Amino acid sequence: MAAGIGVVGVVAQERVLPLTELRSGIEFAGPEVRELQQDEFANPGMLWVERGARLWSEVPRTAKAQSCAGCHGDAATSMRDVAARYPRIDSTSGELLNLEARINQCRSERQGQTPWSFESQELLSISSLVSHHGKINGLNVVIDGAARPHFEAGRRLYYQRVGQMNLACAQCHEANWSRTLLAERISQGHPNAYPAYRMEWQSLGSLERRLRACYSGIRAELYPFGAIEHRQLALFLAWRAQGLPMEAPGVRR
Amino acid sequence: MAARIQLPAQARRGEVIEIRLLVQHPMETGYRYDEGGQPIARNVIRTLSCRYAGEEVFRAEMSQGIAANPYLQFTTVALESGDIEFSWVDDEGVAGSERQRLVVTG
Repeated sequence: MAAGIGVVGVVAQERVLPLTELRSGIEFAGPEVRELQQDEFANPGMLWVERGARLWSEVPRTAKAQSCAGCHGDAATSMRDVAARYPRIDSTSGELLNLEARINQCRSERQGQTPWSFESQELLSISSLVSHHGKINGLNVVIDGAARPHFEAGRRLYYQRVGQMNLACAQCHEANWSRTLLAERISQGHPNAYPAYRMEWQSLGSLERRLRACYSGIRAELYPFGAIEHRQLALFLAWRAQGLPMEAPGVRR
Repeated sequence: MAARIQLPAQARRGEVIEIRLLVQHPMETGYRYDEGGQPIARNVIRTLSCRYAGEEVFRAEMSQGIAANPYLQFTTVALESGDIEFSWVDDEGVAGSERQRLVVTG
């Protein structure tokens, strides 16, 4: 953690968006969406958080396996400082993991269970629970050391024009944020609300699903769920949004 | 199917109280098609009712015009301590229920 703080001090010099211009996606949403996100009861994402809390203490069918709570205790305290640091390098495998991959790693290696499939209700429930308890934190990812090549790859993906529309992420979310695209105001494209409840989906979804929706919108080829490209891009996005508080579960159009 | 109920922690006799309910349900409209081009059967919560100490105080008949994960809010008069119990049934015949105790003082 101490190393992480040091890193922020260094990279803060080369921010893409100065702190004074950093705006969470919720600031581009209408008053109804803002109200829904802030209402801890009516926010539909809380249904997943609540289910996650039940799953957290559920002992898997296999006799020797423990529940999440068996190792990690109360998620409200043990998961306070977790979600804001993902994606991050896993110290044992050296791989770049996002929160969902980390949860599944725990599930298969420590609980001996079949990993949950991408966007399954169970995986979304646990990831939204963990993200919700990390809400007090600002995004704070490590981008040096083993993470550096992934970060650079993520930066390249961000500025790479792709798809039939030949657009890069930056053309909307850096050059034209706050302008309108049909009926929508273009946000700065920060990942701090995910997993989020999107009206369009009528469901909670992960950041990966949101990235795929953007790629689909510009008619580019979609990376499959679990692709390293999504994690690399997410790492760059998290660094770009550093300092923004987490909002999970967010509510978006 | 999960659901959340919100009630005041306690209420005085005769007080008008607000009850809020959020139900997790896909509310599939029946107008959509799956990836194979097959229509997805409609599956919405048809009726939902609320009983307060055994007596029905609220009923909703819903249709495919209601968004997924419906949110409902209404008021009633607190008369005595008792269970606020919601129950609902969807097109597939799956029933759900959720209850919470309302404590009335005075």
